[in-house]
Amino acid sequence: MSTALPEKLAEIRDDFLALEQQDRLQLLLEFSRELPELPARYADHPDLLERVEECQSPVYIFVEIDDAGIVHLHATAPPEAPTTRGFASILVQGLAGLTVEQVLAVPSDYPLTIGLTEAVSPLRIRGMSGLLGRTQRQVREKSAA
Amino acid sequence: MAVAPDPNPAFSAFAHPERLVSTEWLAEHLGQPGLVVVESDEDVLLYETGHIEGAVKIDWHTDLNDPVERDYLDGEGFAKLLGGRGISRDDTIVIYGDKNNWWAAYALWVFTLFGHEDVRLLDGGRAKWEAEGRPYTTEVPVREPVEYPVVERDDAAVRAFKEDVLAHFGNPLVDVRSPEEYVGDRTTAPAYPEEERCARATSRAPGTCRGARPSPRTAPSSRRPSSTPSTATAPA
Repeated sequence: MSTALPEKLAEIRDDFLALEQQDRLQLLLEFSRELPELPARYADHPDLLERVEECQSPVYIFVEIDDAGIVHLHATAPPEAPTTRGFASILVQGLAGLTVEQVLAVPSDYPLTIGLTEAVSPLRIRGMSGLLGRTQRQVREKSAA
Repeated sequence: MAVAPDPNPAFSAFAHPERLVSTEWLAEHLGQPGLVVVESDEDVLLYETGHIEGAVKIDWHTDLNDPVERDYLDGEGFAKLLGGRGISRDDTIVIYGDKNNWWAAYALWVFTLFGHEDVRLLDGGRAKWEAEGRPYTTEVPVREPVEYPVVERDDAAVRAFKEDVLAHFGNPLVDVRSPEEYVGDRTTAPAYPEEERCARATSRAPGTCRGARPSPRTAPSSRRPSSTPSTATAPA
């Protein structure tokens, strides 16, 4: 029996699955526009950011865990890489407010379940799987420290 | 050839100047009957953010590759794709895209394998079009489907196989990989994912074929041109 998916991630998945293929691309585009700017304290410290090598485009992530044990994911990707920005934005929004345990419990195949494999291709979805995997690894390392 | 070639003198020294058009030429000829503009990008969403007016989107992965076999789509699939997008066999096609026309050139290659006679690249691709401040639209053109003939792919005319290369030694060869790969320091393009190249990379020592020259068009960590399905691996 699998653990229930966090509410926001389930909502994002259901929103995509409710749409036709072409409209799923439009929704992904909306997500890409919503990716927040990197906080200024990281913009000046590229050394803190981890490159997501699975993505063809230069996307970088950084994970913070606050005193309450809540995970904060920051990501940056250039405007000419909207697909990658969309992937990052889905995770930033979907993981917002979750605890360390909740983030670590997100199934690694989540990116394959949100109905984008046909519109975007499974190969490209691997970039999002890389984003999620690296986020979870950073959370694991930082929560152990 | 539905539309006369771009007479740009900058292309005249090339073996096939008719295969290139400039941004100026395209801007002047947009909307001309018999001319179809196709955008083909690495990023599957880029077309949706804005594209050249009237351009049709063809994605290298979701449209041009077979979803199951590691190969291009077949003749029937190609006919269905182009006909469905309102492209006729005798249309002039101009293709452009992101990342220095990486996947635009891939699409041109696939169209050529299927014998589409007049298919050209936009010199400079999206990057040059944007740098010149030329406009984009998000309006997706509505094109009436047409009949495109089912043509069997013929690789023999434009594709060199191993035996061809062996017989060719001593004559010019162009290596379009990165300079790092050319000199043998790396077996994969810098700044790109290593995925799925391990088997190929370990099969021999890095380096180049005898007599190969690096392509002057390939800047370090810019692009990894791809001409066959065996290297077509590019997640977003």
